[in-house]
Amino acid sequence: MTTKQSGTYFPAGVVEEFLPRIGRVVEIKDHQLAVFRASDGTIFAADNHNPHPKGGPLAEGIVSGHYLYDPLYDWKIDLTTGIVQAPDNGQVQMYPVKVENGQVWIAI
Amino acid sequence: MNGKKENLIIIGNGMAGISTVEQILKLTSRFDITVFGTEPYPNYNRIMLSYVLEGSKTLDDIVLNDLHWYQDYGITLHTGTTVTRIDSDTHEVVTEDGTRFPYDKIIIATGSNSFILPVPGHDKEGVVGFRDIADCNVMLEAAKQYKRAAVIGGGLLGLEAAKGLVQLGMEVTVVHLMQDLMERQLDPQASAMLKAELERQGIRFKLGAQTSELLGGERVEGIRFADDTVLNVDFVVMAVGIKPNTAVARESGMEVNRGIVVDDYMQTSLENVYSVGECTEHRGVCYGLVAPLFEQGMILAKHICGVETAPYEGSVVSTKLKISGVDVFSTGEFIDSPEHTVISHKDDWKRTYKKILLRDNKMVGAVLFGDITDSAELQKLIKQQTEMTEELYGSLMGTGCGGHKKATSVGTMPEDEIVCGCNGVTKGTIVDVITNQGLTTVDEIKACTGATRSCGGCKPVVEQILQYVLGDSFSSGAKQGICGCTSMGRDEIVAEIRAKGLQTTKEVMNVLGWSQPEGCSKCRPAINYYLGMIAPDTHEDEKESRFVNERMNANIQKDGTYTVVPRMYGGVTTPADLKRIADVSVKYDVKAVKVTGGQRLDLIGVKKEDLTKVWAELDMPSGYAYAKSLRTVKTCVGSQFCRFGTQDSMAMGARIERKFERLDLPAKFKYAVNGCPRNCAEACTKDIGIVGNDGGWEIFIGGNGGIKARLADSLCKVKTDEELIELCGAIMQYYRETGNYLERTSEWVERMGLEHIRSVVVDNLEERKALMQRIEFALEHVEEPWQKAIRNEEGQSKMFHGIEVSARP
Repeated sequence: MTTKQSGTYFPAGVVEEFLPRIGRVVEIKDHQLAVFRASDGTIFAADNHNPHPKGGPLAEGIVSGHYLYDPLYDWKIDLTTGIVQAPDNGQVQMYPVKVENGQVWIAI
Repeated sequence: MNGKKENLIIIGNGMAGISTVEQILKLTSRFDITVFGTEPYPNYNRIMLSYVLEGSKTLDDIVLNDLHWYQDYGITLHTGTTVTRIDSDTHEVVTEDGTRFPYDKIIIATGSNSFILPVPGHDKEGVVGFRDIADCNVMLEAAKQYKRAAVIGGGLLGLEAAKGLVQLGMEVTVVHLMQDLMERQLDPQASAMLKAELERQGIRFKLGAQTSELLGGERVEGIRFADDTVLNVDFVVMAVGIKPNTAVARESGMEVNRGIVVDDYMQTSLENVYSVGECTEHRGVCYGLVAPLFEQGMILAKHICGVETAPYEGSVVSTKLKISGVDVFSTGEFIDSPEHTVISHKDDWKRTYKKILLRDNKMVGAVLFGDITDSAELQKLIKQQTEMTEELYGSLMGTGCGGHKKATSVGTMPEDEIVCGCNGVTKGTIVDVITNQGLTTVDEIKACTGATRSCGGCKPVVEQILQYVLGDSFSSGAKQGICGCTSMGRDEIVAEIRAKGLQTTKEVMNVLGWSQPEGCSKCRPAINYYLGMIAPDTHEDEKESRFVNERMNANIQKDGTYTVVPRMYGGVTTPADLKRIADVSVKYDVKAVKVTGGQRLDLIGVKKEDLTKVWAELDMPSGYAYAKSLRTVKTCVGSQFCRFGTQDSMAMGARIERKFERLDLPAKFKYAVNGCPRNCAEACTKDIGIVGNDGGWEIFIGGNGGIKARLADSLCKVKTDEELIELCGAIMQYYRETGNYLERTSEWVERMGLEHIRSVVVDNLEERKALMQRIEFALEHVEEPWQKAIRNEEGQSKMFHGIEVSARP
């Protein structure tokens, strides 16, 4: 349940297709990801499944630095690890991302 | 970690076992924990099944520890797996398929099963117990297909089941062997009052009835009683009792009476094997309620971790009937006998009843019906067998209408007393997080400890503890930042923005020294609002600082689909518009069309990527059902059609709605306009309520029918429509300029004071004009969001549409 360290990289569009601090859903094979572009340009790819027991999406959350406040239950999630911050707990599956010449690649 | 961890096996994945595990985890990490559960679910709150049945909660709502929790603590969970035997020779447990797992210590927490009356026909289809999620699902299904149900058993569980089935639309008869309902928890007086109340709620009763046979073919069709009478039913719930689930203990040759026999440290007759919860018999008693389980679990956790603990000496149990809206409580001894001194007070008009029993002047039991505010205090007094005094008598039997403030009793409550029965949180834990972690609100305590998380019944006690620990600083408006990112309050921040001409949330946070550079979900939307309120013409709204609903201009639902609510000015629509709404709903396969409380239509379940198309085809303005803005103007029929109408409320409602729509406000804002003092549109629960009369309008403000109900205050009367609009504008602008983000007018009016608001917007004509000018200026800069989204194809696609990657790396 941590960030996968390996996988096959897929092209997921160019950086400009992701608005700063506004998440976007990306579907690769049968995975639905929520992709976030932080203010400093870092791009994160999370499994678009809310870690809260009631589920739901993550893509519409509020991004602050490298953290995400989930849109439904206001849980705070560290986008670098996927770990839910106290007092709640849980973890979101994160996927490796690399950016080359403005092209975003996500590994599944 | 050095050294090998000990294997701790928990047999039973329910509340007793898992709450014990939670306590153990607080004390030590020396165990490798494996949990076996027969049910295919993680640990859920069995007490809340009644709410699932009733429909006010879903299964997801009642899960206490989701699968992540087990993973996070490294606990191995085997759901759908039953342990059949403990092999103490080889130190292994054996599951039903013969698999063996080694153990060092075992906790049995197998709970209990429904007791099914062994009468002929008890195994027919359509006969269930009421114990777990599976039973709940059977009941939900039955209610869809069948009409007539019987619940056998008039105890706590039976009545909750009956109430649930009535809510689901069935005709329900409760069959009870005794003449009194809940005779093990209530005295005859309270039972009679309860029966009368439940009859009013549509439940039928057959008391003093002994079931002798269940009739029918494959499926149950009726019940025959000992007196040969027959009740025709299509569904039967057996709720006559529970029996401890002791199968694994019997199979393993342990000492078992009614339950698994344990000593005062929950130790069974088998070494290294413990038992906790409903499957357990302690000093001859098996408990069937939740509070004792936590008390047992805490003692067992300490004992098993080698921490010193007082022995378990049994529990004083108390009962509350949930769900039916009838408050019933009893504790200790409550059936009068010659040796008791009885203090009682019955009020047929208020439908309340209170009885306290004394033995040798010590309180030993109590029954409350209809008003159970004293339940926590009585429970404590009775647990400690407190001596009755003049003073106590006065406070307990005082006015009887709750019209007096009681001295707080939480001060004398012992540290280890359980405050939250659903989650087993003690007073000590709550005091600890207040004093050591600086928590100051019930919500923070809930997030940190779980207290009040489930049924909420303990909230008053948690509040009392807060007040007791914090003393005068409790809710005394000590200087607090608007969130954890800053120590600055709202007024300071707004003053700084104005003084320094700050323009973006980032700039505000940077200049004012926020601890999190980009803020949090509390301050970002707030600062974005303040910036827009201060500079309506130049502020660039930050979509990324808006909550999901406002960012998407639609209400997100739990599955990630959205609800679309078009405007219906003043709650009036046309056949053509209705037809269009229907056509679009059909075309986009909307999951539900619901009439809202605010006289409009909800189109529920629109996919995110269809939103712009739905808006375009509706070709109607947004109803802002998602916004901190003017939502709806509710109207009555008014003088156009109504015999009594003195004013044209429909036209005025629509006019107000068109005038003030789309403007950002501190919180959602609702209006009502009435054509006459009959007030059919219910002005008293709206932020602004308007009541027409023969010769003008009366304006009410600060009403709320929601989370904290408040009746609106009368602000003033005006003679003309123009004056009415001007006052509405001035009130809204003054609220915009002085309200805290997310503060409803009901709170705002109380904080600012009605007189003060009146002196600004009503009495001071100059100020009223100035406010009106400022709101007019702000209104010049609003834009219809759905049209804007449709026009801005490219920008919107990044907001509303995902990216599909062809499966080619």
